[in-house]
Amino acid sequence: MARKSTSKTFSTENGVGTRSHPMLLFLNRTFTSTVLFCVIIVCLLLLAIFISLFISAQPSLQKFGFLFFGATIWDPLNGQFGALPFALGTLLTSIISLIVCIPFSLSVALILGEYFPSGPIATVLNSAMELLAGIPSIIYGMWGLFALVPIVRGFEVTIKVLPLGVGIFAAALLLSIMIIPFAASISREVIGMVPNDLKEAAYSLGATRYEVIKKVVIPYAGSGIIAGILLSFGRALGETMAVTMVIGNSYFMPTNIFGPGHTIASIIANEFTEATDPVYVSSLIEMGLVLFIITIIFGIAGRYIITKTSVKD
Amino acid sequence: MKKLLFWVSAIFLFISAGFTAEPKVESLLGAGATFPYPLYSKMFEEYYNFTKMKVNYQAIGSGGGIQQLVSKTVDFGGTDAPMNANEKKAAKAEVIHIPTCLGAVVLTYNLPGDPQINFSPEIISEIFLGTITKWNDPKIAEANKGVMLPDTQITVVHRSDGSGTTFTFTDYLSTVSPEWKSKVGTGKSLNWPVGIGGKGNPGVTAYIKQLPGAIGYVEQAYAVQNKMPMGKIKNKAGNFISADLKSVMNAANVEIPANAQVSIVDTSAPDGYPICTFTWIILYKEQAYGGRPQNRSKEVVKLIWWMIHEGQQYNEPLFYGRLPEKVVKLDEDLLDSVVYNGSKINK
Repeated sequence: MARKSTSKTFSTENGVGTRSHPMLLFLNRTFTSTVLFCVIIVCLLLLAIFISLFISAQPSLQKFGFLFFGATIWDPLNGQFGALPFALGTLLTSIISLIVCIPFSLSVALILGEYFPSGPIATVLNSAMELLAGIPSIIYGMWGLFALVPIVRGFEVTIKVLPLGVGIFAAALLLSIMIIPFAASISREVIGMVPNDLKEAAYSLGATRYEVIKKVVIPYAGSGIIAGILLSFGRALGETMAVTMVIGNSYFMPTNIFGPGHTIASIIANEFTEATDPVYVSSLIEMGLVLFIITIIFGIAGRYIITKTSVKD
Repeated sequence: MKKLLFWVSAIFLFISAGFTAEPKVESLLGAGATFPYPLYSKMFEEYYNFTKMKVNYQAIGSGGGIQQLVSKTVDFGGTDAPMNANEKKAAKAEVIHIPTCLGAVVLTYNLPGDPQINFSPEIISEIFLGTITKWNDPKIAEANKGVMLPDTQITVVHRSDGSGTTFTFTDYLSTVSPEWKSKVGTGKSLNWPVGIGGKGNPGVTAYIKQLPGAIGYVEQAYAVQNKMPMGKIKNKAGNFISADLKSVMNAANVEIPANAQVSIVDTSAPDGYPICTFTWIILYKEQAYGGRPQNRSKEVVKLIWWMIHEGQQYNEPLFYGRLPEKVVKLDEDLLDSVVYNGSKINK
């Protein structure tokens, strides 16, 4: 990516050179080098975060090794730390929230991109999505705790599981509400970019709107929709405060999705302030590393899916 | 133009203040426990009104307070638990612990009609170990004759964030129950045998209020302000005591060692509430470290002296236990032992 853009700017530099105005040339060069510099800084930052997490996690890495990832006990008093219940909690909440979020975000995107691209409905829906995206997560957490949890509890009473209300399911529901606007906004953009020629061609052949969406819009915009969903998945993985308030924060391995759980982000938020023992602190940092790696894996998987599903024209 | 002149002179003054030989102490820095934070911020506000000395206290948690003191970025720390052996080793020099107020941890629950429930140490430890699971358990019924106890599942709610409140509560459980001590232990966050975790006092409270049959522990001040039901707890002398300002102060009426680093849970005082703790201000005994000027250490000692005397009037209105006379005397001796280059600061 970076290399491509540099070669482009250099070619424009040659174009400027033929006009041979020294000030323009100077500005152009400075601009190019500034842009390059900033890009390199951003990439280095990512690397620096990884390296510093890796270094700070050393005491824990040396003590537990790979057992850390598979161990299920988290006992700060006896210095035993394992990441599995938390990694599992993170994945469970994120994946369930993604599944719940897809039909809603896709509907919003279709309404905005296909049915009402402009007009009063689009304005209202657009600002509603922006508002949803802009609510701070602590407020989602409070709302979840006082409004969503009792509803989930009522549901748990009807399906006859232990009615705690708080737990993985409540957290996943809350997360799905939080990520809908993110998934929807990107999907809307790509749905809006589907060429009108294609859609009109389909209509002229007698296709219904459903058929156009199914056979033209979704296949054409598919990779972009998946990209949007994956971006929101990244947000779900790292969400901290809202999840902490409704997940029930229990150290045990999650046994069912209605039970209490814990996520990587929430255990770090809960315990980092009072962790003083070096192994304890570095175990929490190693949890951060685990989350970092999970995010990278899903990012790469996402890129792969996008390239596989994108339509070649 | 006037504005510019003002800023230039302000900056000049600011810079020149940095160059005077013995700089005037503008403000003191503290960091640590969140538990006494409401009290401390009231005290420091009043102290500013009296002396024009600003005190900046960051409520970042006891562990953070200890770390900041040891890394010498603050003048004093605040902690809900005395420093442990490892922390003392990291501090390198002797750190003085000065009790400033008393706090209590209460049991609160969600039962129809908010009855006042009597708890014995045995009942509490078995509930939190998960061996008593129903409210109508014969052990609870025996301690609560005449109270209608429902056949509801008990849901234990604990703090999910590392906290001095958890430390005090588990310190109590470890003191009264050998089984708890061997299976779980005492700490700011630990591997709970049962239950769900809420973040902070508000998180625990929200869980309890929403779950019929839930039980949990919160700070007394928080429970009083939120009008939550509080259980009576059987103390060492065999009396069922409810937590109030008097019973909390009484809990400190026991033999206290000269360094004041003592746990007062399960007090032997017959009218004392059993789940109480001191909260401490910590500072280095030798104040001449890291190039600190002498007048800075003087101001710190002056502040703490004020906190344990005049400052005590603010404890009870904010639901913190007042220090008994005996403990104030002990604090005075401890403060007198603080030195600068070996010579006493408080004369």
